[in-house]
Amino acid sequence: MDFIAIFSIFVLACFVGYFVVWSVTPALHTPLMSVTNAISSVIIVGALIAAAAAGSATSKWLGLAAVVMASINIFGGFAVTARMLAMYKKKER
Amino acid sequence: MDFQLILAAATGDHGAVNPWAAIAYLVSGVFFILALRGLSSPASSQRGNRFGMIGMTIAVVTTLLTHVPRVDGGALDGVALIEILAAIGVGAVIGIVMARRIAMTAMPQLVAAFHSLVGLAAVAVAAAAYLNPQAFGIADAAGQIYTVSRIEMGLGIAIGAITFSGSVIAFLKLNGNMSGAPIMLPARHVINLGTLAAIIGLVAYFTFDQSPWVFWTVTALSFAIGFLLIIPIGGADMPVVVSMLNSYSGWAAAAMGFTLGNSAMIITGALVGSSGAILSYIMCRAMNRSFISVIAGGFGGDDAAAGAGGAKEQRPWKPGSAEDAAFLMTQAENVIIVPGYGMAVAQAQHALREMADLLKAEGVNVKYAIHPVAGRMPGHMNVLLAEANVPYDEVFELEDINGEFAQCDVAFVIGANDVTNPAAKTDKSSPIYGMPVLDVEKAKTVLFVKRSMGGVGYAGVDNDVFYMDQTMMLLGDAKKMADDIVKAIGGSGH
Repeated sequence: MDFIAIFSIFVLACFVGYFVVWSVTPALHTPLMSVTNAISSVIIVGALIAAAAAGSATSKWLGLAAVVMASINIFGGFAVTARMLAMYKKKER
Repeated sequence: MDFQLILAAATGDHGAVNPWAAIAYLVSGVFFILALRGLSSPASSQRGNRFGMIGMTIAVVTTLLTHVPRVDGGALDGVALIEILAAIGVGAVIGIVMARRIAMTAMPQLVAAFHSLVGLAAVAVAAAAYLNPQAFGIADAAGQIYTVSRIEMGLGIAIGAITFSGSVIAFLKLNGNMSGAPIMLPARHVINLGTLAAIIGLVAYFTFDQSPWVFWTVTALSFAIGFLLIIPIGGADMPVVVSMLNSYSGWAAAAMGFTLGNSAMIITGALVGSSGAILSYIMCRAMNRSFISVIAGGFGGDDAAAGAGGAKEQRPWKPGSAEDAAFLMTQAENVIIVPGYGMAVAQAQHALREMADLLKAEGVNVKYAIHPVAGRMPGHMNVLLAEANVPYDEVFELEDINGEFAQCDVAFVIGANDVTNPAAKTDKSSPIYGMPVLDVEKAKTVLFVKRSMGGVGYAGVDNDVFYMDQTMMLLGDAKKMADDIVKAIGGSGH
């Protein structure tokens, strides 16, 4: 994709982010941080590309190391968010 | 279109943009937007989290299908796939074990640790892309990396490295391995600005010269600046720091997304980047401080505490016992509980909920009031109360409940201090002047649970609420005090 197309996606996504995040209830700000943490590990895409590519052994090992780190974050982040969200309960009536 | 054709399209060469992969990444980005959207209410939040997992699965599977080498253009290469799945498996086990074992009071540390991993992963990916640019499709046949990719890569590694070293320091401070007091280097502003200028200059120079020394110097300076930026920031400002690092981890992902032309990474990066920035803004506003003054650091240090302590006079205050508190609250019609970081430290949330249950059984109307910066990260108190099974519809934010203190019989402050200090409204010379505070002094009676009369809050200022006629100081550990009140109420019924 050319730079302008990508940049357009980026700018629009910033606006989406702005409105979506303001709609998050303050009570859920901690789960918001842990889930954003998990999704920012989408950087695993870059790590997988490096780990799968031939051509440079160092690059490949850096990629595999990044896959491990990003996976810790993905699984840990989603799991701890799920654990927290399960605790939020309404009053029993 | 059948699946074979999709797969065939997905196996196309890496240089050209694969439309199916591009659409899959876009779908994954949309799922991430839905994940955050779900957090607008606790009822939809769990579904939102599952959307996040689906988005991540789509992104990972798409990348594996398009980038793992194929044997004779057919099946995925087994060795490469096993290596990668093993790496994911190792990460999954570590991550899930951490997520299961962590105590809710330690959430700020866990989030800081996770941020540091995103930062380090971004550094590793940028370094891998630098060493093998052809694999990422960002270099010509002679190995010259495209100019625009050099800028993106330079920014990616700089932001990633700052996120990593900054988060490590934040983790050490939150976890208590390092003092929460600010560490002030002489001439630190000059050092920091000089380092930042050097990083920006070198990233610009990188567009002319892709030599290794430029790349690795940017990396090293960025690790250093992350460290230098966080050491002068005090413990009470950690909510801002954690939010800011959250934002940086997003921008790092976005920068790598630009390098790879990947819409899932760009959308996610923009979402996470804005999320962290908005949380930092909310935290700064809740403390009435500018972002710059928080980042410049030094707030809540020993100097401030010593200054306030020296000027303090002895003023009369009224001590109370757990039995007094139990009596006052069981006689009350409305009780508002104000929890703070001290409740988290003492792990008093369960005892507190038990106390509230007994009061409700006596017909008392109990609510909780949360200040945005109570605790060490945004929403910290809400999670702890949820953990103790406090229903979320009994928990209120500052602006929703502040008007109710005037009609309430008892304000029960436990482990909070600065966020209740009326000096923020009246005393222009106070360091917390202008900060929105909970109006506990308007309650008919204030019960203030505090470890001792000696300590002051993080801002290092005395609180007039301690010395008011209607205030009773309950000195002791927050958990023990709540337990004693539970016993006293339980006893009063028999």
